[in-house]
Amino acid sequence: MIAELGHFALWLALAVGLAQAVVPTVGYARGNVRWMALAGSAAQAQFALVLVAYLCLSEAFRQNDFSLVYVAANSHSALPLVYRLSAVWGAHEGSLLLWMLMLAGWSFAVSIFNRRLPSEISSLVLATLGAVSVGFLLFMLLTSNPFERHFPIPLEGRDLNPLLQDPGLIIHPPMLYMGYVGFSVAFAFAIAALVTGRLDAAWARWARPWTTTAWLFLTMGITLGSWWAYNELGWGGWWFWDPVENASFMPWLVGTALIHSLAVTEKRGLLQSWTLLLSIIAFSLSLLGTFLVRSGVLVSVHAFATDPARGVFILAFLGAVVGGGLTLYAIRAPRLVRQGQMQLASREGLLLFNNVFLIAAAAAVLLGTLYPLAIDALGLGKISVGPPYFNAVFLPLMAPLAVLVGFAGTASWKRADFKVAFRPLRVLAVVALVAGIALPYLTQGRGSIAASAGAVLAVWVLATSVQEVWRRVRAKPTWIAGVRSVPRGAWGMTLAHFGLGVWTLGVAFASTFSVEKDVRLGPGQSADIGRYEFRFDGVTHVEGPNFKSDTGRVVVSFRGREIARLDPEKRLYPSQGSVMTEAAVDHNPLRDLYVAMGEPIDRGNVAGDWALRLYYKPMMRLVWFGGVLMFFGGILAASDRRYRLARRAESDIPVGAAAA
Amino acid sequence: MRYAIPVVVLVAMLVLLGIGLKLDPREVPSPLIGKPAPAFELPLLGADPEAPKLSVASLTGRPVLVNFFASWCAGCRVEHPLLMELSKQGVEIVGIDYKDAPEDARAWLARHGNPYRQVALDRVGQAGLDWGVYGVPETYVLGADGRVLFKQIGPVTPQAWERDIRPLLAGAAR
Repeated sequence: MIAELGHFALWLALAVGLAQAVVPTVGYARGNVRWMALAGSAAQAQFALVLVAYLCLSEAFRQNDFSLVYVAANSHSALPLVYRLSAVWGAHEGSLLLWMLMLAGWSFAVSIFNRRLPSEISSLVLATLGAVSVGFLLFMLLTSNPFERHFPIPLEGRDLNPLLQDPGLIIHPPMLYMGYVGFSVAFAFAIAALVTGRLDAAWARWARPWTTTAWLFLTMGITLGSWWAYNELGWGGWWFWDPVENASFMPWLVGTALIHSLAVTEKRGLLQSWTLLLSIIAFSLSLLGTFLVRSGVLVSVHAFATDPARGVFILAFLGAVVGGGLTLYAIRAPRLVRQGQMQLASREGLLLFNNVFLIAAAAAVLLGTLYPLAIDALGLGKISVGPPYFNAVFLPLMAPLAVLVGFAGTASWKRADFKVAFRPLRVLAVVALVAGIALPYLTQGRGSIAASAGAVLAVWVLATSVQEVWRRVRAKPTWIAGVRSVPRGAWGMTLAHFGLGVWTLGVAFASTFSVEKDVRLGPGQSADIGRYEFRFDGVTHVEGPNFKSDTGRVVVSFRGREIARLDPEKRLYPSQGSVMTEAAVDHNPLRDLYVAMGEPIDRGNVAGDWALRLYYKPMMRLVWFGGVLMFFGGILAASDRRYRLARRAESDIPVGAAAA
Repeated sequence: MRYAIPVVVLVAMLVLLGIGLKLDPREVPSPLIGKPAPAFELPLLGADPEAPKLSVASLTGRPVLVNFFASWCAGCRVEHPLLMELSKQGVEIVGIDYKDAPEDARAWLARHGNPYRQVALDRVGQAGLDWGVYGVPETYVLGADGRVLFKQIGPVTPQAWERDIRPLLAGAAR
């Protein structure tokens, strides 16, 4: 009964979505303000309906209702409640429902926060979001209904994929989807601008907080995904250039470019058509990511159960949404764009370079991701493109970005004199060079060109981003006045750039100085990595709620003093017959010590010798900490007062019934 | 005109992805598929050394599953209940005990049950090498003519049985 209620709510949501897409559009064409005003109420109604459907599915999981195909396939009565609730997005159908919930949530938020926008903009934005929701709802209802029942009802479920039974995985997909789906708002703003022809500073100011918000969620989603892979996959890596990782990284790169080009469009009224194009592309890449994950065209650790019918549907949907957007762009953009003069020697010029590098990086990632598919499609054989390609292409494109970031605060808009802009940074450049080159020797006791190069860039980014705020604060008579005088947007930018520096430092050190050792240890034996001694104290058998675990005990000593006890696990989940590795990590900001269990060497004799994998990873935490800083930077930037004041100022404009 | 470039790029990409949908990226075909099973001659578990050995010739005439397993392999325990079930249904499964000691294999089969019509011993792994085994368990479907019809890498799952193996056996038996 609950399932039927949820199913029914989805059909109703589809009907509401159709109304949300069509009525305001017709209203706009006819100049009918009331019809346009329907968009807001429709978005709110749709959100309520999708929420009901979502809660129904969660309830089915809570009750272990195995009469639902989806619940039976992804849950188990012994599964802890928190994982039963997160199992809702553990596989294809439910994660689509989560996607849809977020899309409806974003539309709901737009309908609340953008009430004071001119009604033609806000209603067209909502109509576009409505059209996107129709596509997703149809996809779900026609090919991937999470509420499908089956008979006979199995007595027990097949359990949630053990890879997903991890706290990181509870929040990673929702964050990621929030980001993916959030770019639909930027996309909708682009469509509204193309249709109405309103493409001014005010438009950019409205679109900016939405874009930043989508970006910050995506940032956090990717960071969490990386953290999860590190802990759960058991081979110490944090980024694999897997097609699905790339699928989340491409919208991130384009979204980052979009944030910066929106700034230029707002402040200088330039790069307008470029900004529109990026808005469309960022969302297109989000949809492409969905397609790549769901259709199974690429091999990936993330692939869901695949189905060609689904692939065809998403491809058609991708064609309709992106094709529609780009066609509209091709027709309308040439007429809307104001030709402005741009000096390359200016802040907007630097931001243009920033965009070029980011987009080139995104294009390189796209190429590497789709290349195996293209070769296969042309019948030229099967190949795979691995990390060497991505590292070789990506890192050289990132280095100039890091250099550019340093000038973010000092180069002025319109026309900058680089000599003047560089003057306050001279000292910092020297500091970066000296500190960067010295850091590997100081912390690791040995040098490396790659690590030094990375550290120079990292220190440069860290120092210049702090210096920018420092300069502003110092310009005021007191500290408090100084801190207050810096707008939140600037704090956000500083924090995000600082995060980039932290991230760079982490990547440079973790990828250069990591030590990995595969060892065979019996109880009581030990192995050394550098000055760290790892002693293996044997394995105990532990019964989990839905798994059996061989939990090892490894004691780590540093110069003879015990510093950590690690309990890596090898788990067997009998209901899916899968074996999982739970790595154990001891960490501080300077290094991670990581132990993953391999196999018992002696034929299932768990009391004997084990193959263990030991890692020493310097500054590993900084990689994720950098991502977290960017996330908080995004929050600060998106909540800047300017955007709220902008809304208030707009209330002078007659808004008709849009406030309804 | 340059504003239309993105649409053109999109169309090209959609065509590519459309073709990609028809392909299976996971398929890394075993070079043995469609070819006669590689020859081997292995002693049988529990037979005296003089007894006739198991060879490919004794596997022809009816469809057979050839399952490489070992007592030290965790994945083999995973697929084991399904193999037991299949053998009860009358599916002929021949086990090849891979890089294992006969007494360990015997103890393992005594403890978990024996789904195999015959168990051959590949102590040094030579047959495994010839058959292209990357790791146990692996299961090969042989047709009545002794050709390799299918290779399952890793444990036989209920899905693999339903989707890939059973239709082949049904087809081969007809």
